[in-house]
Amino acid sequence: MKILEHIGRYFMMLGLVLKKRTKTSVMRRLIINDINDLILGSLGIVAFLSFFVGGVVSIQTALNIDSPLIPKNIVGFATRQSVLLEFAPTFMSIIMAGKVGSFITSSIGTMRVTEQIDALEVMGVNSINYLIFPKIIAMLFYPFVITIAMFLGIFGGWMATIYAGFSSSSDFIDGIQLDFNSFHITYAYVKTLVFSFILATIPSYHGYYMKGGALEVGKASTVSFVWTSIVIIVVNYIITQLLLA
Amino acid sequence: MIEIKSLYKSFGEVEILKGISTTFEKGKTNLIIGQSGSGKTVLLKCLLGLLIPNKGEIMYDNMSHTVMNTQEKTNLRREMGMVFQGSALFDSMTVLENVMFPLQMFTTQNKAEIKERAETVIERVKLKDANQKLPSEISGGMQKRVAIARAIVMNPKYLFCDEPNSGLDPKTAIVIDNLIHELTKEYEITTVINSHDMNSVMEIGEKILFLKNGVKAWEGSNKDIFKTENKAVTDFVYSSELFKKVRALYQ
Repeated sequence: MKILEHIGRYFMMLGLVLKKRTKTSVMRRLIINDINDLILGSLGIVAFLSFFVGGVVSIQTALNIDSPLIPKNIVGFATRQSVLLEFAPTFMSIIMAGKVGSFITSSIGTMRVTEQIDALEVMGVNSINYLIFPKIIAMLFYPFVITIAMFLGIFGGWMATIYAGFSSSSDFIDGIQLDFNSFHITYAYVKTLVFSFILATIPSYHGYYMKGGALEVGKASTVSFVWTSIVIIVVNYIITQLLLA
Repeated sequence: MIEIKSLYKSFGEVEILKGISTTFEKGKTNLIIGQSGSGKTVLLKCLLGLLIPNKGEIMYDNMSHTVMNTQEKTNLRREMGMVFQGSALFDSMTVLENVMFPLQMFTTQNKAEIKERAETVIERVKLKDANQKLPSEISGGMQKRVAIARAIVMNPKYLFCDEPNSGLDPKTAIVIDNLIHELTKEYEITTVINSHDMNSVMEIGEKILFLKNGVKAWEGSNKDIFKTENKAVTDFVYSSELFKKVRALYQ
């Protein structure tokens, strides 16, 4: 029953996001701040993880190909498919649930415990619009982060393959181009956009409705990470079933 | 002026406010006092519109909150200033930005006019040098002054303060009390302060509402409070050794 209450309150919160809007000039500044915190602030960790995970994927693939009948370009092919279809959009989003999600929950949660949200409400500001709407808009730039993750993941795979001597550069590039289906890119970006909305709203919900003090802010961040991850995994399954099956 | 008529508020089965009726007059410093758990904060939140009462009525200058439409309630909110117990300053903004915030949100003034008004108010609370500092870089007393400046920057009709001098040393607490009292007179505001500080009661309590277990146990002024025979009030007032000595001196 508790979970139904949370789901109901989450959708009621979404209903309030567009009501009684904040002045455009103020909102513009909030969006820019959130793009800086949520998008630009994530580029470093995304680049680092993508590069090395792409490398590991290609090494693992190469090490598991024993048969001489399997062409060498399969390493590039497997790296491309893993990175484009799952690693960049889905697993990077789960990592972002920890990075961006925790930031959102703890920053809104701290505002709750220090009565800053009450202060906004008393002034007549729709605090849900003021706090959550700019995060949803900022997260529309999230596909840009995932594009970088895709590029660096494949680039990391290429570097690892070449420098470890598992296959030649031309084999790897040939593999990247093998059986390319542009709908896979559409699928990846559709997922990314849905995940960006989940990444902005579920952590916001957990921060906004938290009760208690500093300890509860920490707990809310953890709960928010768990639920954001679960929802991403479930939604990933549904989108995959709908678009690829 | 704020008039409260038979106000009831419950949370589930627990009844917090039980038929409170009183009047808070314009240009006066009104104090709500009582022990922790007596319903002071719930009453203040009802006055602010953060909680909806189960029964009863709150009249703001003869306009009942219960019959106001959404726009009227929004307009009323903009006539209210609030000083929170922990100041509730936006910690990502400087002192000046905190005070400018309500003006930026709700007025059509240009940036220069907003800045000028905010600086005037900051100067009024004697904080000019702290304009560019973040709330984390200033003392608790200074934070309270910024909170007061932010609360009055829109020229409110009603000023609400939730324990404005909690966590402050006695000297700073008196400065804050006096500042609120001066501003109440200067701008003719209806000020309602939630407090359990007897120094505030003695210094600025022009009207005092004493709550006990959600019921109005007594009301009067700071002059009357030492004369009353009401047991609930005397137990509260003379719970400290200092006030017992003051009473002995009077007697």
